[in-house]
Amino acid sequence: MNASGLSEFMAMGGYGFYVWTSYALAAVGVAVEIVAVRARIRTAVKSALRPDRAVSVPDDTQ
Amino acid sequence: MSSIAWFRLASPASFFPLARRLVPWFSTGAALLAVTGLWLGLLVAPTDAQQGDAYRIIFIHVPAAWMSMFIYIVMAFWCAVSLTFNTRLAAMLAQALAPTGAMFTVLALVTGAMWGKPAWGTYWAWDARMTSELILLFLYFGYMALRNAIDDPRRADRASAVLALVGAINVPIIYFSVKWWNTLHQGASVSLTSAPTMAATMLTGMLIMAFAAWFYAIAIALLRVQAIIVEREKNFRWSGELLRWIR
Repeated sequence: MNASGLSEFMAMGGYGFYVWTSYALAAVGVAVEIVAVRARIRTAVKSALRPDRAVSVPDDTQ
Repeated sequence: MSSIAWFRLASPASFFPLARRLVPWFSTGAALLAVTGLWLGLLVAPTDAQQGDAYRIIFIHVPAAWMSMFIYIVMAFWCAVSLTFNTRLAAMLAQALAPTGAMFTVLALVTGAMWGKPAWGTYWAWDARMTSELILLFLYFGYMALRNAIDDPRRADRASAVLALVGAINVPIIYFSVKWWNTLHQGASVSLTSAPTMAATMLTGMLIMAFAAWFYAIAIALLRVQAIIVEREKNFRWSGELLRWIR
């Protein structure tokens, strides 16, 4: 695709703003969700691995 | 004795490793489908005779709108399962789906506005299709807010499940709104009962993008359910090895 072809593609026949805003919002929505879920997993795992969360096994040998 | 194996999977801690293994398959599938769908939608599909290139919003808008309704149905299904059988995992799956459903609903609404302006001259109208889709967003928000407002997760499961099931009546209202009322929003371009009213490459691109959205929703919900399982299964003795793996 040459330079004028690219600018024509970006212009979307004059509807570039509406088309690219839609595609950009979709990309942002997906990216934000992925980052948020990864952060949530990290927080949950960190909290589960804290020593004070460790489950004590009842000592039934005595 | 395969039934025993299935019951074992209904335990959140046993489902956890399965969810972890499934995520790469669905996320890879979603990425491949999205690349194919975007290529078809942006480069192959011809410019529309009436709408020009503005119609290309369809490749985001329709999959997002379909997923917003479909995820709600699946969420309500898991809510019904959790109420009926009192299973924790079903409630966790519903909990994992809600934010993704809300994300697709927001996307359907804003891309609809972006398409409405060039097509109808307005970003928004209070017609039946748009209003009922906005109500769907409030149902997702209400479901999540109610969950967060109740400290005991099992009570939150039951209360939010009832809300989700009552709200499910809104989904057929969204779907049939363009038939039942005189809406600014156009009728269905694709239905199970009649031939589609669009060019083949447009239709193929849209369906592939819908499958991409579907695979993405499965992948992100399986990822989120892992966080929820770790958050909620406090009595399960998580092996540090297993948890470190998913970091």
